[in-house]
Amino acid sequence: MRTAELINYHEETNDAASAPERAATPANDQRKVIAEQTVGQTSPGHAVWRNLADSVGRNIGSAVLALISIALFIGAWYLAVKYRVDFYVRFTNIPAPLDVFKEMVDLSKNDSFYQNMLISLRRILLGFGIAVVFGVALGLVIGRYRLARQLMSPILEILRPIPAIAWVPIAIMLWPTNEGSIVFITFLGSFFPILLSTVHGVTSVDPVLIRAARSLGAKEPALLRQVILPAALPQIFNGLSVGMGVAWVSLIAAEMISGQYGIGYFTWEAYSLIQYSDIVIGMIVIGFLGLACSTAIRWIGRLSMPWANQNGGSKA
Amino acid sequence: MMADKGNVEIRNLDVRFGSGANVVDAVNEVSIDVKPGEFVSILGPSGCGKSTLLNVVAGFVKRTGGSVLVDGVDVRGPGAERGMVFQQYSLFPWMTVRKNVEFGLKMQGRQRSERETAARTLLGLAGLLAFENHYPDQLSGGMKQRVGIVRALATSPQVLLMDEPFGALDAQTRVVMQQILTNMWQRFRLSVLFITHDIDESIFLSDKVYVMTARPGRIKAEIEVPLPRPRVAEMTTSNEFLQLKRQLHELIRGESFKAMGGDLKEGMGGFGMEVGPQGVAELI
Repeated sequence: MRTAELINYHEETNDAASAPERAATPANDQRKVIAEQTVGQTSPGHAVWRNLADSVGRNIGSAVLALISIALFIGAWYLAVKYRVDFYVRFTNIPAPLDVFKEMVDLSKNDSFYQNMLISLRRILLGFGIAVVFGVALGLVIGRYRLARQLMSPILEILRPIPAIAWVPIAIMLWPTNEGSIVFITFLGSFFPILLSTVHGVTSVDPVLIRAARSLGAKEPALLRQVILPAALPQIFNGLSVGMGVAWVSLIAAEMISGQYGIGYFTWEAYSLIQYSDIVIGMIVIGFLGLACSTAIRWIGRLSMPWANQNGGSKA
Repeated sequence: MMADKGNVEIRNLDVRFGSGANVVDAVNEVSIDVKPGEFVSILGPSGCGKSTLLNVVAGFVKRTGGSVLVDGVDVRGPGAERGMVFQQYSLFPWMTVRKNVEFGLKMQGRQRSERETAARTLLGLAGLLAFENHYPDQLSGGMKQRVGIVRALATSPQVLLMDEPFGALDAQTRVVMQQILTNMWQRFRLSVLFITHDIDESIFLSDKVYVMTARPGRIKAEIEVPLPRPRVAEMTTSNEFLQLKRQLHELIRGESFKAMGGDLKEGMGGFGMEVGPQGVAELI
């Protein structure tokens, strides 16, 4: 505690001179204008409707574009398979979109298919969840206390460049069960992005906020939980997004190499059993599950940071 | 509020930064008194160490020598009995206006309902109740600073420390804020130690103005402001006000040059401007 305070003290005196004057950004100005408008005068009803119509129009527009983008991809895929394109890459063994669709209908009646999905999701939730807890906690400590930083940074810097997949052999030896090693790989994949963004978030907290909190009587625990953590939250959520992506990469690789069950295992098994349509279905499922997880992170981020998107609205 | 509390006694304060050849004398032998309920300004050019001085009283910066007593208690770190208002916007962006004001009370372990009532009362007095559920980013600069003042007042501090709180505002807003602040002071009768480089601001708000020199920061003069209370905008054109202004101007002008003496000699030498020789010498 004592050293921590000394460190804080030192950092704050250093930062005192350099604390940047936070000029009003255009975005802030806009928000200000909106705030003054909404408070100053009752906003005319038709403006609300126009905004709504605008946003519906925009949404329909982007939905159409999204459909076009997907249709073009499937169309190209269909043509490549139909004409058995063999030009550097070979489409001779690639299943056609319609075959994949038919197989998907069959598989959707199959319980073990859902089982595989659920098992992968559970591994993600466990591995990623543990990474969030450890990554954020350790990130707060490393970002806040110089001693912790000096003590832990060297080893973390060495471990960081090792891809999670390179841990597979060691993980298999370390953990008594397959399940344990796969969750461990998933954890490792997401841990470092989360840790790094938390550290970055903590070190870039505006020092004046910390001073303000301390002058209002906040002691270290309250400071960490109620000032530094929320101040670093936008950065932390950046890390969570990246971490979620890497978690899926690591999970699928681990499942393919050492797994039993799971959507990565399903995909690799399909290849071994020459069920080519299932390979594509596995990939599509991975894509959708990954997308669902990233979307969930974004939603949680929005819910836990209501201040960050108050009048942000939809940006062009 | 508390007429007997809020006595600030600064005696022979020294603050030095760095070591060896790089030592900077930021504050040198400064003695300042704020009596209970008194509004005291420290006026000086930028870089004269006046913010450092305030940060020592706030408990953010350690002193090298001398003593700082608030109601007889030695300052050993930040505390809620010394409310602080910063030049930069310092509201917590993730809290609504009311939660910002409640923060200090929460740190004191007050009940939720009690916090809410106190915060709403103060926000009402400051004319900010309509904005209690707004986030800081939705407010204008002047409103943010008003919330900042309200937040510092919420814990009923013995003294309010204000570090150029209106420095980032435009000129018109600043004048309005000065009026609001003097009205609030009139109501609370709280001891205030106010840092500024604006002569008009220091006269308009204060009972007493300390003029600080640059490098090292020393007290050059202590000027009483005998203008009647409550203060109103019309006073700024009175003879008394203008005379004080002239006096402070004389005192501060030399210091401003001294504070930026190096640049002045290089850049403006050809314009026949007088530059205090000792100012340049001290810098080199």
